Amino acid sequence: MRKCLWLVVLCLAAALAVSPAMAAKQEPIKIGFNIPLTGDIPKVGEGSKFAAEMLKEKIDKEGGLKVGNKTYPVEFIYEDNESKAESATAAAIKLITQDMVLGIIGPQASKQAIPAGEINNSYKTPMISAWSTNPQTTKDRPYVFRACFLDPFQGPVAADFVTEQFHAKKAAVLYDIASDYPKGLAEYFKAAFEKLHGPGSVVAFETFTTKDRDFSAQLTKIVKSGADVLFTPQYYDEVPLIVKQAHELGWKKPIMGSDSWGSAELMNLCGNDCKGLFFSTHYAAAGAKGATKEFIDAYQKKYGYVPDDVAALTWDATRLMLKAIQNTGGLTGNVEKDREAIRNQLANIKDFDGITGKMSFDYAKNGGDPSKCAVVVKINDKGEFEFFKSVCPH
Amino acid sequence: MDIQSFFQNVINAFQWGSFYALIALGYTLVYGVLLLINFAHGDIFMVGAYIGFFVATFLLGTYAIHLPFHMPHLVIFVATLVITMILTAGVGVTLERVAYRPLRRKGAGRLYIVITALMAGLILENGNLALLGASRKAFPELIHDTVYKVAGVTFTNNWILVVLATLAVFLFLETIVRKTKIGMAMRAISFDRMAVPLMGIPIDTVIVFTFILGSSMAALAGVLFASAYPVLEPYMGAMIGWKAFIAAVVGGIGEIRGAFVGGFLLGFIEIFVAAVFPSTFRDLISFGILLVFLSFKPTGIFGVARAQKI
Repeated sequence: MRKCLWLVVLCLAAALAVSPAMAAKQEPIKIGFNIPLTGDIPKVGEGSKFAAEMLKEKIDKEGGLKVGNKTYPVEFIYEDNESKAESATAAAIKLITQDMVLGIIGPQASKQAIPAGEINNSYKTPMISAWSTNPQTTKDRPYVFRACFLDPFQGPVAADFVTEQFHAKKAAVLYDIASDYPKGLAEYFKAAFEKLHGPGSVVAFETFTTKDRDFSAQLTKIVKSGADVLFTPQYYDEVPLIVKQAHELGWKKPIMGSDSWGSAELMNLCGNDCKGLFFSTHYAAAGAKGATKEFIDAYQKKYGYVPDDVAALTWDATRLMLKAIQNTGGLTGNVEKDREAIRNQLANIKDFDGITGKMSFDYAKNGGDPSKCAVVVKINDKGEFEFFKSVCPH
Repeated sequence: MDIQSFFQNVINAFQWGSFYALIALGYTLVYGVLLLINFAHGDIFMVGAYIGFFVATFLLGTYAIHLPFHMPHLVIFVATLVITMILTAGVGVTLERVAYRPLRRKGAGRLYIVITALMAGLILENGNLALLGASRKAFPELIHDTVYKVAGVTFTNNWILVVLATLAVFLFLETIVRKTKIGMAMRAISFDRMAVPLMGIPIDTVIVFTFILGSSMAALAGVLFASAYPVLEPYMGAMIGWKAFIAAVVGGIGEIRGAFVGGFLLGFIEIFVAAVFPSTFRDLISFGILLVFLSFKPTGIFGVARAQKI
């Protein structure tokens, strides 16, 4: 009996001795993930989850996340939004009110990110959408951020790139006037290029309408205009036709595109004609260097395929959130106060070194949109999209 | 527009107009014989392009099985053309058998057959979509593109092929319709469908022959189109089919010369409108011109007014 009592006392003493250290670790930092694990785009959800799991493993290996002078374990909570707007808002509410997360990554697609952003904003919980490019997502929402650039940004990027790389003084544009994305981008490119080279330096600004197959009249004008470069922000099923016809009409100068080119289908449809051309995008897997390459290699080793842009952007978005948490200098334990502090740090992160490029936030100037560099990809002789250059805004 | 651009656009218009002409020929043949507007014809053109894709990739050995031998690309191209024309003619004849002939036998009015043709076209489009999915197909490059430059005007070997093929088809059809017995039978049916069988002419044979001619021309257009614009999609035939039909009407539907001239006319108007105006106005202006033309000469360029019995 006495022996038994001694044992109990010993046990209690041991527990007491260990518990102060335990207590610090028992309060993990919780981050929510509002991602489409099922529904129309399950591949997007899978890539996001895989990237997050990889990051968590890395943090666990380092023993946790150091905030101020304490080290916390991290806990990632994945909620499936089924790629639906209403499920995305429900997932956001659950993560905020039940799981009491400090911040949320996702939703990824604009269709879910716009309504979920409204929820996050009204509950004053920081959110970073990794992939949503629609301006509405972050507009007038101080708690909502994103990790990718917006569509309009690619216009200036392309204008800068062709000026530097090809010393272009005159440019031609060919775009589909009946489609929002190409039309917007063509206009942004024109404005940026004419700002650099003076009005009238876009010598041909030619249009067509969706489903057109023959562009010979427009391309004849473009070839004759004496432009140094052709910019065509079209989708991957039109690009092969435009490029082929341009070459047939004697165009030998560079052709530049936008991230809509970046589909694996492009090279199946285009073949040799597209080799040697350039386009701007979020991230390039082939020819990546440094941290980006490490990420790609680790991901490929673990999951067996090359990560796409969503995975890379999710990795960056999650690290941004953790960086903001670290920048607070210490957590109070009061979720509402901590969320506020994280949001304030997020709004002013400078020179964050992401694998998809360097990012800075300046809430007063740009709202929740980062100022970050775009990647210019060259289609190499093997038909791979190879990293060529990183182009940053001024 | 300087003189060089002008000639370049003439070259462009010849290629674009060739496709309208080739497809319009199919509309006009069937109309000439049956007085039926075969609205499925644009989709037969699409089917032709897809059959051409499968035949070409099969012969190249990149699809389904690897053939034990290699053929030169030119041989593959010719074989693709011939096989595609035969198979597509089969599709056209099947369509006539399944969709049009039963209605004709039952004595249904022409309106019902036209509606059936519209439905058949939609079935072909969506059947393709269901069977092969929405992803685009890339037509293999069978004839290596060579670009010729003469006095600042460029054209390709493919261009020469397209224009020559269109001219050859035109001469071939004119000869058949004007100089042969079966051509005479075709014209006779168009003239009086009731009297012709009484002369001992097998009317169904003539109709089948007409569909074979029309569909194989659509297949030819499909393969040539796919070589010039190598991205295939299930709806590629819809718009170009409607426009080719309009070209046939402007030329005078039922007249082979009319389809030929109408196709090139539409090609020229479209290219030159796009060359001078923003191309957004292309369809607006080009069809505006055609509308005005038709309001002065409703039977088209070569058309002859005939008394309609309804």
